[in-house]
Amino acid sequence: MAEFKLPKNSTYTKGKTWSADEGATNIKRFNIYRWNEDDGENPRIDTYEVDLDKCGPMVLDALIKIKNEIDPTLTFRRSCREGVCGSCAMNIGGKNTLACTIDIASYKGDVNVFPLPHMDVVKDLVPDLTNFYAQYASIKPWMQTETPTPSGTERLQSQDDRAKLDGLYECVLCACCSTSCPSYWWNSDKYLGPAVLLQAYRWLVDSRDENTGERLDALEDPFRLYRCHTIMNCTNTCPKGLNPAKAIGEIKKMMVERQG
Amino acid sequence: MSLRSPLGKVRGLGSAKSGTHHWCMQKVTAIALIPLTVWFVSSVVQMTQADYASVVKWMSSPVVAVLMMLFIVTGIYHLKLGLQVIIEDYIHSEGQKHALLMLVTFGCVLIGALAVFSILKIAL
Repeated sequence: MAEFKLPKNSTYTKGKTWSADEGATNIKRFNIYRWNEDDGENPRIDTYEVDLDKCGPMVLDALIKIKNEIDPTLTFRRSCREGVCGSCAMNIGGKNTLACTIDIASYKGDVNVFPLPHMDVVKDLVPDLTNFYAQYASIKPWMQTETPTPSGTERLQSQDDRAKLDGLYECVLCACCSTSCPSYWWNSDKYLGPAVLLQAYRWLVDSRDENTGERLDALEDPFRLYRCHTIMNCTNTCPKGLNPAKAIGEIKKMMVERQG
Repeated sequence: MSLRSPLGKVRGLGSAKSGTHHWCMQKVTAIALIPLTVWFVSSVVQMTQADYASVVKWMSSPVVAVLMMLFIVTGIYHLKLGLQVIIEDYIHSEGQKHALLMLVTFGCVLIGALAVFSILKIAL
């Protein structure tokens, strides 16, 4: 049966509060999920008071400030700090997003920061994405062709065909969409999830790829593709403003189209 | 604990090469049910004051009997497809899942057969 309640070792408790320095006037409280495998404790929510007058505007700025100046044990992934690497995906204020592109000012009251939902946690805000990356590898995300590479030139693509990749190639594989999807929560062992299906469509719709049929064959499965019930959480949460639900819909249309 | 590689786990038993028919039938039955449901509900509303004899007489007309059977069979087929999806979503133990799927199929066929037989009995 799908799990609807947190298992006992995942229920969280209230943790430590780290007060801001005296004299700080512009204080924002960050309630952050903390867990590590080593101490054997249940997860806890630590509260950090951050002086926004001495902090950058984005949630990632606050997390970096906390790690640098308040509590160096806080663990999270981050790299590019401008929304192109997808490392700092987490659940902020109840919605999956990138900490680097979301403004602290967009949250009224405390900012609650949790790891991506329904994933195994490695430590604090770091989820285990092993299965997610394996699913991405399983759709063979590279160009597959029989025709030999033309000599001295690229594989050409018309401007219209290139335009079909817009809204797909921008995906940074941050996993915000897949981990917001209830179908992915219950069946991530078999359902590929919105991020990987959007990537699959990116190759299905690429005019230069010659293995469209084989790609569709691999997706035609009650679980891999058809666990999508058009819930639309993916499109709602995508920090890049993409529409994975539409890409999945287009795959389903291709499945029907090839029936004749 | 399994030492199988993550990609090996994801590839699993491979694609079932099915699911499109199920998805299509769910959409087709949904579309068919729009006019059938409108017809059924409006007919029942019009007959709220009718007595037993006039409802039986109404039901024995060929058009009504056929539409009624189509409504029930389409509705139950749609119900069966939907319940199957819910069970596959939430029940992860293989044994329980197949037992429930079979129960749903038997239940739907039983109700459908009873309904169709009953309509035929009135109409014929």
